[in-house]
Amino acid sequence: MNNLSVENLIGIKDLTLEDIELIFTTADSFKEIINRPIKKVPSLRDITIANLFFENSTRTRISFELAQKRLSADIINFSASASSVKKGETLIDTVNNILAMKVDMVVMRHPNPGAAKFLSERVKATIINAGDGTHEHPTQALLDAYSIREKLGEVAGKKVVILGDILHSRVALSNIYCLQKLGAEVMVCGPTTLIPKHIGSLGVKVEHNIRKALEWCDVANVLRIQLERQDIKYFPSLREYAMLFGLNREILDSLDKELVILHPGPINRGVEITSEVADGKHAIILDQVENGVAIRMAVTYLLASKIER
Amino acid sequence: MKKQVILNEQHFDLTLRRLSHQLIENHNDFSETVLIGLQPRGIQVLTKLKEILENELGNQIRCGTLDITFFRDDFRRREKPLIPSVTNIDFSIEKKRVVLIDDVLYTGRTIRSGLDALLAFGRPSSVELLVVIDRRFRRELPIQADYIGKAVDTLTQERVSVEWLEIEGKNQVILFTPKEGHE
Repeated sequence: MNNLSVENLIGIKDLTLEDIELIFTTADSFKEIINRPIKKVPSLRDITIANLFFENSTRTRISFELAQKRLSADIINFSASASSVKKGETLIDTVNNILAMKVDMVVMRHPNPGAAKFLSERVKATIINAGDGTHEHPTQALLDAYSIREKLGEVAGKKVVILGDILHSRVALSNIYCLQKLGAEVMVCGPTTLIPKHIGSLGVKVEHNIRKALEWCDVANVLRIQLERQDIKYFPSLREYAMLFGLNREILDSLDKELVILHPGPINRGVEITSEVADGKHAIILDQVENGVAIRMAVTYLLASKIER
Repeated sequence: MKKQVILNEQHFDLTLRRLSHQLIENHNDFSETVLIGLQPRGIQVLTKLKEILENELGNQIRCGTLDITFFRDDFRRREKPLIPSVTNIDFSIEKKRVVLIDDVLYTGRTIRSGLDALLAFGRPSSVELLVVIDRRFRRELPIQADYIGKAVDTLTQERVSVEWLEIEGKNQVILFTPKEGHE
């Protein structure tokens, strides 16, 4: 088995199918480890990781932090609201100052697309992208695909619909790349205003009718409406969105098959998904969270193995 | 590469039987004992010993497999990342007598990692080590085996391979020596 083909994890776009499969096999072992009474291994005890979050996050941040702790890495956490970024320091300066304290790896979330790539070209550390604006969120896509593989046995040949605010979603783009590399068929579904105009060029199907989309698919990945990124009104009201594009039990019951339902969180209950569905037996939302730690351990472990001393 | 059989099929079988009997002498009915095979090649030894012991004693023996990949001390000092195998220990080893099982004892580093990995499953009352082949005088850590199939004196450039009927087609142990002037 080979190494990863990349030195940094910027996006799924840069990964090969072999990379993704290597990450999944490694995650299988870590999943076993995090279910042990003592959930820690000493592999990364000489690695220091900085978690730089220039944008809010709960799940991803805790998940990365836990993954790093389970691998015995030393970690420092940084959030933009409590830092010198507020005093006008540039991204490169902030990161270089942190690296001067001998940090090996940086996990970064940033509101600007391309921030992770920008950084990886300018600083000497391994970069893991934890979400850069509306661009990519690679570890989320990996854990989504990993959860589908766990639930359905494999990803190849499965039909996956990504439902909701595609325009502002980094999860959608990373998911499209990841699922396609693994051989799944992908469809996006949402209001016309929230679907990027040329998304069809990525080889995905586009549908504006939720019923037709659900009838087609085996898996539905439901995304949140990202109001914080919407500078103009893209649809009349949340109530109307919930009526036309919300996933509820009535529509699921009317299908003559069982879907697997994913949601990357945070959930806006009653908007894109009802509580009944989110807590129902088809939703694997909490499995996704558990798998997130295993996937992030695998990615961190594999990238750390490429750091030279 | 020169090949030399250092344990043929007949002796191989005798050796495993002797090891089983030594285990019985010390562990009686195995009620407080668990056998843990180290991945990957210790598993074959474990399977074989379990079969012999259960035939002799007529009761089930608790066994597990342990993968030590994430506990190794040569992480990042190798060309390729280490690919893990499966750990399967579905019981606590708290206050149990553990016998770690591997095929070849060489530098002792694998066993060191194994001891570390083992502690994630509880605090055993004692840990012993069983190996089929002990490459003497090659230790880099102060680790010795309690049960030894055969001790051999080898050079660093030599390689010892424990082969199995199920994998290589024959139960035997082979010593590989590089030819003079090559390598």
